[in-house]
Amino acid sequence: MNIDLPTLWFGVVALTFTIYFFLEGFDFGVGLLQPFLARREAERRAMIGTVGPFWAANEVWIILAAGVIFAAFPVWYGALMTSLYPLFALILLALIGRGVAFEYRAEIDHRRWRLFWDVTSFICNALPAFLWGVIMTNMVRGLPIGAGARFQGTPLDAFDLFSLLGGLATLSLFVLHGATFLLLRLETGSELYTRARAAALSFGAAATVLVLLFVYVGFVREELFNSFGYAEWIFPVAAALNLGLIWLALTLKRDALAFIATGLTIVASTATIFLSLLPNVLPSTLGDAYTLTVQNSASEPYTLRLLTWVGVIFLPLIIGYQAWNYYVFRQRVTESGGKPSGSVLPDTEA
Amino acid sequence: MNEILGFSALDLSRFQFATTSIFHYFFVPFTVGFAFLIAVLQTLAYRSGSARMENLTRFFGHLFFINFAVGVVTGIVQEFQFGMNWQGFSNFVGNIFGVPLALEVLMAFFLESTFLGIWWFGKGRIPAWASLACIWIVSVGTMISAFWIIIANAWMQHPVGFEIRDGRAVMTDFSAIVFNPKGLEWSAHILTGSLTVGAFFVLAVSAYHLRRRHEVESFRTSFKVALVVALVGSLGVTLSGHEQGQSAVRDQPMKYAAFSALWDTPTGNQMPESLLALPSNGLRENRLEVSLPYLGSFLAFNNFNEKAQGINELQREYVAKYGPGDYVPWVWPVYWSFRVMVGLGGVMLLVSLYYIWRWRQGKLDDPGRLYPLLLVMPLAPHLANFSGFIATEMGRQPWIVQGLLRTQDAVSNLSPLTVLLSLVAFWVVYLTLIGLDVFLLTRTARAGIHEPDVETPSIPSPEYLPEGVRS
Repeated sequence: MNIDLPTLWFGVVALTFTIYFFLEGFDFGVGLLQPFLARREAERRAMIGTVGPFWAANEVWIILAAGVIFAAFPVWYGALMTSLYPLFALILLALIGRGVAFEYRAEIDHRRWRLFWDVTSFICNALPAFLWGVIMTNMVRGLPIGAGARFQGTPLDAFDLFSLLGGLATLSLFVLHGATFLLLRLETGSELYTRARAAALSFGAAATVLVLLFVYVGFVREELFNSFGYAEWIFPVAAALNLGLIWLALTLKRDALAFIATGLTIVASTATIFLSLLPNVLPSTLGDAYTLTVQNSASEPYTLRLLTWVGVIFLPLIIGYQAWNYYVFRQRVTESGGKPSGSVLPDTEA
Repeated sequence: MNEILGFSALDLSRFQFATTSIFHYFFVPFTVGFAFLIAVLQTLAYRSGSARMENLTRFFGHLFFINFAVGVVTGIVQEFQFGMNWQGFSNFVGNIFGVPLALEVLMAFFLESTFLGIWWFGKGRIPAWASLACIWIVSVGTMISAFWIIIANAWMQHPVGFEIRDGRAVMTDFSAIVFNPKGLEWSAHILTGSLTVGAFFVLAVSAYHLRRRHEVESFRTSFKVALVVALVGSLGVTLSGHEQGQSAVRDQPMKYAAFSALWDTPTGNQMPESLLALPSNGLRENRLEVSLPYLGSFLAFNNFNEKAQGINELQREYVAKYGPGDYVPWVWPVYWSFRVMVGLGGVMLLVSLYYIWRWRQGKLDDPGRLYPLLLVMPLAPHLANFSGFIATEMGRQPWIVQGLLRTQDAVSNLSPLTVLLSLVAFWVVYLTLIGLDVFLLTRTARAGIHEPDVETPSIPSPEYLPEGVRS
């Protein structure tokens, strides 16, 4: 395979989506687990505290992913977003809701105020976690794209059993990823930690079943993943093996290993999606002539060369200071640390 | 179905874009200006080593944080909209327009969101110098972000460094795009305008507490800092605005004519400036007009004997150049929003000068007769921004990219119902956000500084940490 500029930038798109799902995956998961794992207010605060300093920077990766598609593949950008308009609109509204919920929940010490934000947060974490799976499924399978890269279908085309299965797969994976992230961030002896372990085990099972089912349907029924050209089984098998590894790590109480394994499952799944697309970026279900490929939807070489220079300079820098962010907040979150020491605020029970 | 309630997908998409941009634009200039003020305050705190100043910074930091959250989340919508609602635009300009957007994310968004988190939550966990560095990085980040988005917008108003290949714009000279004269002028205008947003907010909050004799020493400091920034900002915004009017005459004469409701090219050897008019697109003239001779020439050309072309003449020229069509923007909102912007700029300048005068009189601790005005002044720069946005964006219609792409050719082929539903959803969410933001800002601002740990500033102050977010 020849790596030319458009293919390189397709790789960058895949990479930014992978990093996005890896990072935001666990803050979606923590948000989704919060109502089920935390019983007391201090526990709720501790759970939010595990992602408090990180979520905003994690979210920037999707802004980057969109920006990169826009700049490097403008035709793909327009076609994808227009075709799946309602899904993206819902994701945007949900990203607004969860961001504000994270920040505003603690502003007023009142039970109903917090309850409102907890409910908002749950819904707004669930929506994107589910919809990203639906979007990715549609992206691989293709959409009714006609002449001029214009969408010819209806908003309902995005939904069928297969894409819903894709949504459930990402949802369960992100919850699992959130659970293993909590194992790294919570005080090891606490009740909350114990509950997070239990959640990791049960969601590990659920995610295994759903991901395997998705891959099976994708391979056998939809014949999606056979465009790899070579070793098409590597990434799905890697994802499956990782899910096994998670179970092993949880049994052996190796928290870091469990988190790495859920992360690798997400990486392998995302890689499967993007590798199976190549050399296309958005197949048309109306005929090969309309299919958007890496080559026919890319920007001109001048733009891509410019982007390459900028990426080479800034991406390592960003990864560097984000790593520093995680280093600064490396300590585990304690329940008492979830509330300011010596605070006059009572630990109100909800 | 091509229309719903009489609106096409184009109308609704335009309305949605205006809505989401304007809402977003309530938060962005505030973030840019306010971050700078906080960075200055924290620098003073760092240099003096005073716990009092540290708490003052933390207090304003809390207010900043409340606002920043909304600014970030509404910004994501801005980016996705280009693909969702404006597929024709994305296809046509992606090669060029996407680049500053991607640069904004790479150079600014990551900086802002990462270092703001470290600054806010890392108090007591990182050394004081690192904390100071973090807030300055955030401040610079907000400015870089503004710069790139202005460069992107400036290209739409004054396209440079490109050629048309296979029916789309292709970048040929990136440096021409970065150094687009329009973009540089606007950067100055937008950055100084943003400073006024932050400054008048800090002025109002400080005046409120000075009046109540709360923490007088602290709020006197923030009042002074904000006053200087307000003066510099309102002077800068006026001067850079004047520059821009002059470049509009050259590059976007139709927009300039709409700013002035100048239908016919003046017949004499000078151009009057309209002070009060009721423009009518239907009649192609003003129903009522009061104007001052020579002023138009001075504003547009810095002399008293040059004149710009009128709308009617430009329309004839454009039809000859671009083919049949209506190239006249909707004049009355452009004309009036332009005047509201300029008027508010004048008010801001006068208020700043009045308080500088009081400062020199040694009456700073008492906000004086203008106190009620000072409390509502934070609205003025917001309204000026809003009006400026309407004037400049409506003034360039029907072009989405001046002279190259019409708005009607840029829109996605969506069903009006789809767009309407999203529009309603955005309205509901955004109105809620504005309400919450204003409610929390007022509540926190009024609560003021109540800091028990003045002696131990290295320990994070409970009041100024959202609970549950410390580990």
